[in-house]
Amino acid sequence: MVFFYAPNEADQGFVQKIFYLHVPLAIVALFGFVAGGVYGIRFLRSGDRTYDLRSYVAIHISLILAVGALITGSIWAKASWGSWWVWDEPTLVSFLIVFLLYACYQPLRFSIEDPERQARYAAVFAIVGGAFVPLNFMAVRAAESLVHPRVLSTTGGAMPGSMRVTFLVCLAGMALLFVTLNKYELTSKQATFALRALKRRLAGDDDWVPIRRSAAPQL
Amino acid sequence: MGPALPLDDAGPYVAAAYLVFLALVVIYVAIMAAKLSRISREIGELAELAARRDEEREAQRETVPR
Repeated sequence: MVFFYAPNEADQGFVQKIFYLHVPLAIVALFGFVAGGVYGIRFLRSGDRTYDLRSYVAIHISLILAVGALITGSIWAKASWGSWWVWDEPTLVSFLIVFLLYACYQPLRFSIEDPERQARYAAVFAIVGGAFVPLNFMAVRAAESLVHPRVLSTTGGAMPGSMRVTFLVCLAGMALLFVTLNKYELTSKQATFALRALKRRLAGDDDWVPIRRSAAPQL
Repeated sequence: MGPALPLDDAGPYVAAAYLVFLALVVIYVAIMAAKLSRISREIGELAELAARRDEEREAQRETVPR
């Protein structure tokens, strides 16, 4: 659809095709960070460690998508603005801040040895970070924009029907990819935990050796 | 914003962006596949261990005098 259905944009031409990848990556990554915060709240309310795992996985995949958004955005900026990065553009810098904030999530987890404390502190971090994402988004919207285009604004960036449909399909595809990868990693982690539990049972509880230190939750 | 890049100039940028995305997904899936294959191998080892234990138990039952 991107290449055969949506027309070339009048101002930017063919390079605008990056937008169908870059914007869904950024939107889904931000929603993933918020989802991580929501799971953090559920963990703190219930004490159920599977919510900690869900929060960890959502943030992990969102970080990967955010790396994709940053790189594709830079490629687009180079083609469109002639520069890989513009420091005085609020949208870019705010996204980088959010990315760097979440880049601290795994080191934070790794720095705490006790699994119970690790899960609690990580949940608090995820909640604060998750609340920061929409606040940050609103602040950027309220700020005077310089050159970054607005895609979903009410006053500008209105797309023709074929472009809008293509964009929505790309957004839905990216959301589905996020859900699939989320499920994939969750299943893999749960299989690992089940396997460890089985090994411990077969070896006898006396032979149990603590699992090595890890940023990932231990169920 | 400057004028639109001609197709010949814009093409490599668009291709690079989509290739970066593809590479990210492929690397992630490959890492997860390696982890899953390790889990599969360990399940095989546990199954072998369980089978050996069953055999030992059977052998013990047969050697017990009636």
